[in-house]
Amino acid sequence: MSDVVLRLDKINKVFEAGTSRAVHVLHDVSLEVRSGELIAMTGPSGSGKSSLLNLMGLLDTPTSGELWIQQQATASLDDAGCTALRAHHIGFVFQFHHLIGAFSVLDNVLMPLMLQHGKPKPEQLDYARYLLAAVGLEGMEQRSAKALSGGQQQRVAIARALVSKPALLLADEPTGNLDTHTAESVFTLFEQFNRDTGCATLIVTHDPRLSARCPRVIELLDGRVVSGG
Amino acid sequence: MLARFWIERRIAWRFMAENPQQTLLISIAIAVGTAVIIFITTLMNGLQENTINKTLGSQSHIKLEATRLYNRTPQAVSQQVLQLETMRAQPLQRIDSWQALVVDLDAIPGLTAVSPVVSGPALVQKGRATASVMVNGIDPQRYRHIVDLPGHMVQGRFHVGSEDVLVGSELAQDLGLQVGDKLRLQSGEGRTALVRVSGIFTLGVQELDTRQLYSDLKQAQTLLNLSGGVTALDLKITDIFTAREWASRLERLTGLYVKNWMDNNSQLLNALRSQRMTTSMIRTFVGLAVGLGIASVLAVSVVQRTREVGILRAMGSTREQILRVFLTQGAMLGAIGALFGMAGGYGFVYLFNTFGSQLFFIAVATEVTITALFIAIGSGVLAAALPARRASRYDPAEAIRYV
Repeated sequence: MSDVVLRLDKINKVFEAGTSRAVHVLHDVSLEVRSGELIAMTGPSGSGKSSLLNLMGLLDTPTSGELWIQQQATASLDDAGCTALRAHHIGFVFQFHHLIGAFSVLDNVLMPLMLQHGKPKPEQLDYARYLLAAVGLEGMEQRSAKALSGGQQQRVAIARALVSKPALLLADEPTGNLDTHTAESVFTLFEQFNRDTGCATLIVTHDPRLSARCPRVIELLDGRVVSGG
Repeated sequence: MLARFWIERRIAWRFMAENPQQTLLISIAIAVGTAVIIFITTLMNGLQENTINKTLGSQSHIKLEATRLYNRTPQAVSQQVLQLETMRAQPLQRIDSWQALVVDLDAIPGLTAVSPVVSGPALVQKGRATASVMVNGIDPQRYRHIVDLPGHMVQGRFHVGSEDVLVGSELAQDLGLQVGDKLRLQSGEGRTALVRVSGIFTLGVQELDTRQLYSDLKQAQTLLNLSGGVTALDLKITDIFTAREWASRLERLTGLYVKNWMDNNSQLLNALRSQRMTTSMIRTFVGLAVGLGIASVLAVSVVQRTREVGILRAMGSTREQILRVFLTQGAMLGAIGALFGMAGGYGFVYLFNTFGSQLFFIAVATEVTITALFIAIGSGVLAAALPARRASRYDPAEAIRYV
């Protein structure tokens, strides 16, 4: 029980609840994610994958149900509490990398730490450089984030997600916008970091070849977990 | 505190630097506003100071005169009394024990100059030409602190003696006088004196330059038949706008008839008050325009930064941090604009002094510059408040999806 990083119990999500346009996107979703797991989440478009990922990352709140992160119930947390939990335990990688163009590659990686602690300490800088080297971007630290290719930007986003040493890494179709070769190498990075850091990793993907490489696959259909829950 | 908000300042600065055209445009708008505030305030202050200096440079702030003569009115016993009063004419009167009074007044802090004066009308004659003048017998060492006559001499020197007098430039022109020329003075008492012009002054006020004649205290006392006496004590004070309070205080202290420059120049004071109000209004509206400019640019900037705000929130930034990023942006825009505006303000003042009317010169006061800086930064922060609040309330999941 102690190595459960994330637990969902009968989570429901209804957009525009109580109106005639209400859309029930998640139905009684219950699952557990343990430390060190590498999980693929699959399902057709509109099956509720991204909505579920947003709930897991505390970017959104469920309409009903309970959600625990590192044994901490989140239902009673206010915005500041959710932000703190997100900052300390969760790393995000989005489909469109979402780097901040106004900053350099290194600053983008350091951003979660700078938001928490201000000016980065030497050991934090070293760790960010180590991560950039690990994703194959050594020597590009001072480049503008905008000047990189799509694959390189996604690698920066992975380094950024890992810089605060999160217990849970959530990736929303991180290879969806990349060519096959680049997607392959980015996915390999996820595998490598999952192995090296023991960080529970949950990746939303449409690619069956990539999901086949994950020991556990959660399949969603019409907002329900149909397998792997 | 500064270390705590390091990342907010960094993000704000990078956001601004990423869009230099937008930053430059709004900075120029703030700079123009600040420059106008600095210039208008400096110009109005300069104009006001110049007007006051011109007015008060040729007169005392407070004048003590002998108590006026008045009619004794019969006491009403029980019924109403109808009274037809003919006002008393006021002959020249001396102030009793003025020497002791001067010593007492000298000891009062806040009074910067005390000078006894004997003033009265006289006719001045040169050849067949005559003119009516006001003879002022003065103690030159004291009087120079009331009116800076030495600084206004255009011919001759500042010297009054038993036979030496100073005349105004307009009078000199009317009578064809030059330094060294002799004149005959005749008072209403029928007394006459032969004097020599030792200097000619220009105070810049036609009435004074035509009518005033300065002589030795004793000379005037003899001419006006006020042997040993003076008709007034002229005073200067440190804070000119407290003249009314000083006047009533001195009236109670001395029992004399007291005049002050504020009552004597109430029209001027009204004009100055209106001028101050106009300046404040201009400042307020320019500040408002600058504030609205910043607000509109930041409103656009916040929309442009929606996705970045979402990313920052997902990375663990708090609502307060987002709020501070945009407030800092407002303050930075205000400060950058104000710095350029200061340069602009000084530039306008330089142009005014170099190519303007040259009737008077103005100098930018430090407090005006500091006030303008704070107005600009304050407007920036205030204008940023609404857009910043909006950004801080973005739903992160929604904001990330924003394209």
